[in-house]
Amino acid sequence: MKCPPFDYHRATGVDDAVAALGAAGDEGKILAGGQSLVPVLALRLARPAVLVDVNRIPGLAGLEVRDGVLHAGALVRHLALAGQGLHPLAAEAARWIGHTAIRSRGTLAGSLAHADPAAELPAVLRACDGAVQVAGPSGTRRVRADDLFLGALQSALDDTEMITGVELPVPDAWGFAELARRHGDFAVVSVAAARFGDRVRIVVGGVAGVPHLVDAGDLATVDGELSADRVAILAAAAADDVDPATDLHGSAGYRRALTEQMTLRALADLAGQPRPVREPA
Amino acid sequence: MKITLTVNGERHRLDVEPRRTLADALREDLGLTGTHLGCEHGVCGACTVVVDGEPVRACLMFAVQADDAAVATVEGLAGGADGDGTLHPLQEAFSRCHGLQCGACTPGMLMTAAHLLDTEPDPDRATIRAEMSGNICRCTGYTGIVDAVADAAARRARGLRARETS
Repeated sequence: MKCPPFDYHRATGVDDAVAALGAAGDEGKILAGGQSLVPVLALRLARPAVLVDVNRIPGLAGLEVRDGVLHAGALVRHLALAGQGLHPLAAEAARWIGHTAIRSRGTLAGSLAHADPAAELPAVLRACDGAVQVAGPSGTRRVRADDLFLGALQSALDDTEMITGVELPVPDAWGFAELARRHGDFAVVSVAAARFGDRVRIVVGGVAGVPHLVDAGDLATVDGELSADRVAILAAAAADDVDPATDLHGSAGYRRALTEQMTLRALADLAGQPRPVREPA
Repeated sequence: MKITLTVNGERHRLDVEPRRTLADALREDLGLTGTHLGCEHGVCGACTVVVDGEPVRACLMFAVQADDAAVATVEGLAGGADGDGTLHPLQEAFSRCHGLQCGACTPGMLMTAAHLLDTEPDPDRATIRAEMSGNICRCTGYTGIVDAVADAAARRARGLRARETS
């Protein structure tokens, strides 16, 4: 369980990091919080030749709201995200990540770049129709959440690119619900829901290769209060819209049922209603 | 790569391979074997230490990343005011409440609990259980462990109140 050897580059700035990644070709990897990368190395599932440590790059840990959008630096730790009040949905989701000793190191951009479909923050980015700022050899670009996640652990980022900042629009109302088998585990199913004006975006984690944006058509347009009836209809629509796989942690049917229940809870929170209590069958 | 680690207040200069984890640097290079290793991939929590005031998995951080950082390990808990080896109140409580079995998880449990008590003045049992949930006890002796943390927290809260009213 020891990591394979690698060359270590402690980046002094974004340009330096991008240059080091460029020099490494496709053999480089960014070391941010390391909470997913180091286990991958310890299990020898990957053997990058060079690790580019971005932890000491100054100016990447900011949190600021401008024009209704939270602008977060790439190195914002989960603990800092959980403790801020500017974007309550992101704060609540961050509290579900691992444990304090994980949240103290794990970073916002690291979680997004890792693109685990059961992770909390990718679902939040998509629910908020957010985006990431990316630096690479040919300059900077902006990638929207809908385009960032390509598949399980696969993102649209090139090996020589690095996320420098994250844009998270602050929703008018929000809800988040998750079921994990043990405290701090990845979700079996999680749901992030966000209302912007009259549109509700529902994203389900753990049911596909990417955080799944529910296509609820006109049902997702809400004029005024979100009624309990509409919550139930949207939750059923979410369960219909997902196509989960069966694995060790649950069958497809179980995940579909969980999608409905977690959507009920998230939307009840969003609408300011009590979470529905489900009587045992 | 040459680094400087301050562990429990003592400065050490080390020359480590980049792939050396902080846990291995503490155990192998500094001989501080109080920090235990269980899974070595961030699941069990046995290697939890406190780096610059925050708990971390020492198996998920490379020693080169802790260059110039202040690390607190289980060896630094006991000591008392005059360094006479007096047990930390948490260590006393683990002993009193049967929070100790095989001892594999104990250093991580203690460091996680020490950080909790440093940051939460009066945690309730639910908070303690949630905070300790990142540390796995292979003997499954969780009840005694949670009892111990609750006991240490309660005694400290009473002590603090006694001092405040005196």
